[in-house]
Amino acid sequence: MSGKENVIIDIEHLSKSFGDKQVLKDISLYIRKGEFVTLLGPSGCGKTTLLRMIAGFLQPDEGTIMMEWESRGGQREFRDVAGIPPHLRPLNTVFQRYALFPHLDVYDNIAFGLKLKGVPKDEIDARIRKVLKLVSMSDYEDRDVDSLSGGQQQRVAIARAIVNRPKVLLLDEPLAALDLKMRQDMQIELKEMHQKLGITFIYVTHDQSEALTLSDTIVVMNEGKIQQIGTPTDIYNEPVNSFVADFIGESNILNGTMVKDRLVNFIGHDFECVDEGFGENVPVDVVIRPEDVYIGYTLEGSQFTGTVKSCTFKGVHYEMYVDTDSGNELQIQDYDAFEPGKQVQMLIHPDDIQVMRKERIENVIDCEIIDENHVKMLGEVFECAPITSGSTGPARAHISFAKVDLMDHEDDGDTSGEVWFILYKGDHYHLTVKTVSGEYVYVDTDDIWDKGDLVGIKILPEDITVEMNDGQEK
Amino acid sequence: MGKRSNWAIPYLIFLILFVALPLLLIVVYALQDGNGGFTFDNITRFFTDSDALSTFAVSIEVAIENTLICLLLGYPAAYILANKNLNKSAVTAILFILPMWINALMRTLATAELFNVMGFTLGKGTLLMGMAYDYLPFMIYPIYNVLLKMDHSYEEAAADLGATPVQVFRKVTLPLSMPGISSGILMVFMPTVSTFAISEFLTNNKIKLFGTIIQENINSSMWNYGAALSLIMLVIIGLTTLVLGGEDSEVEGGTV
Repeated sequence: MSGKENVIIDIEHLSKSFGDKQVLKDISLYIRKGEFVTLLGPSGCGKTTLLRMIAGFLQPDEGTIMMEWESRGGQREFRDVAGIPPHLRPLNTVFQRYALFPHLDVYDNIAFGLKLKGVPKDEIDARIRKVLKLVSMSDYEDRDVDSLSGGQQQRVAIARAIVNRPKVLLLDEPLAALDLKMRQDMQIELKEMHQKLGITFIYVTHDQSEALTLSDTIVVMNEGKIQQIGTPTDIYNEPVNSFVADFIGESNILNGTMVKDRLVNFIGHDFECVDEGFGENVPVDVVIRPEDVYIGYTLEGSQFTGTVKSCTFKGVHYEMYVDTDSGNELQIQDYDAFEPGKQVQMLIHPDDIQVMRKERIENVIDCEIIDENHVKMLGEVFECAPITSGSTGPARAHISFAKVDLMDHEDDGDTSGEVWFILYKGDHYHLTVKTVSGEYVYVDTDDIWDKGDLVGIKILPEDITVEMNDGQEK
Repeated sequence: MGKRSNWAIPYLIFLILFVALPLLLIVVYALQDGNGGFTFDNITRFFTDSDALSTFAVSIEVAIENTLICLLLGYPAAYILANKNLNKSAVTAILFILPMWINALMRTLATAELFNVMGFTLGKGTLLMGMAYDYLPFMIYPIYNVLLKMDHSYEEAAADLGATPVQVFRKVTLPLSMPGISSGILMVFMPTVSTFAISEFLTNNKIKLFGTIIQENINSSMWNYGAALSLIMLVIIGLTTLVLGGEDSEVEGGTV
């Protein structure tokens, strides 16, 4: 593949489970030499697990990690690192809580790796002086690590890693423990360090703004899967699905219909857009960034109108929520303030409309037919619309998003689950609910739920349509 | 005076009655001759009493040997117990600590009986075996505690920086478990120096320890000399505590 030049780490089909829980599912990804790659995702998405596997602290269940390796003769080769322990891998890690050795001072912490390699004393001195200067910690050699502030410990941790001149530097949420101001300063310094050193950085974070600021390439992860790989601009401007759109930056995610090429309908209006090839009258998700909606009391070329609901000053811009004439809510950012209660006109440029194919348009759940009125799915037996074919065995149940009812009490439903992910679609919420059986059910609702709520799930018999698997083995 | 400081009064009375006063009495008795006159004779007598001096030397030697044996057996045991990969249940840890729940005297008597039945000649070997059995839990427990609470990211960081598993242990795990080792040494060394019952039962009084001499002196109503010997032992234990309680790095080199 022509895109795979200069690759230093190549990961293919990596999977990992802890007990019953699969934390990484079929991860494939390559990293180029000198690149600043960020693994970005909410907590529990598997990003740290992936980093620990690259470092060698965890072994994959399936798949391979290939790394560029310098053999003794100085020749470069690509090698599968399975079974190679961390101390032999050509990379160093900056740990989340720094993990500076409390029994050693700053000098001995940084010298740790060099002493193990048998580097002569005067060279160690010189390299430590240089690296301390790089992290702006000169004259701190003799300090006890416990006497340093969080930011200073962070710098020592980075110095301890880069003094070994690794091929790849792994950073596990290195700024998570710092306060906002310090974090922003360190971001700039990290970026500078990366440019100066020219080594590959693999950076793990759950902070999307950090990822956008620092990275050459962002790998967005969720639920153990890679959602999107791309440059910060690509990921911000062209998210591939509603998860990425919601996770990166602020966004309005709306249900729409692709009327035909270059024409999409949402919030009750037709809009010109730049997307083609979806087909005609296909349901889609539409992403509009809040800063891409033009707003004015009177606006030339206005496409739709609305009423300002709220307006908050955010430092540089104002953030407004506007109810559109079609009853949708839009989040809008503008340098001018518009008074709540006032009528406004709005327009959106064609190239600011990001159209995404819907991942799914209804729930499709694997089930087993028990008799003509019952199926077993999500670990429970459900009554369903009569099944005419009369056969039993594996099948699929179709349930529309709006026909899944959520109850306050777990016991009130046919089964129960936990609200896993919430997406506001302008006039309703699209919820992902993880059932007790570990499957996902998608729900459209007007009610407000919180992430982590435990809910009962109820589905009426007439809303469950069962489709046979057509004799296929699955 | 704040009300809160009043809460300390019962403890203060307890301390005066049961700690300060007895200590004072030991000092007073140690510095008196048989007729109540002030003298240093009791102290100086110890340094010229070759019998007492050699017993003292034996005591220290036995204590050092026992502490070493406990450390060599106890550290690996604690390491295995605290390692979640090697030991998956807390029950094993409790089993190791369990002997501590039984009265030391009972344990020692039972051990002596066991040696008799097995036909071992009572002597230094049986003394050390019995002592190690008695004091091992006191060595394991503090080390186990320190290892259990140790942040494993230190070990990972060391491996990440190129340390082999042996180097990780030598350069990180061992130095970081020093607080556990020092308190383990204290908890084994101090009682071994002052014990007398164990040597009496396990060697049939063949080997006399420092504690034995104190007991003999006091039993034969030589209160002043007994008190002086107690005082000397107290000073030695105090010095050990000072050395071990000081900087951890110093422990590495010398004391054991």
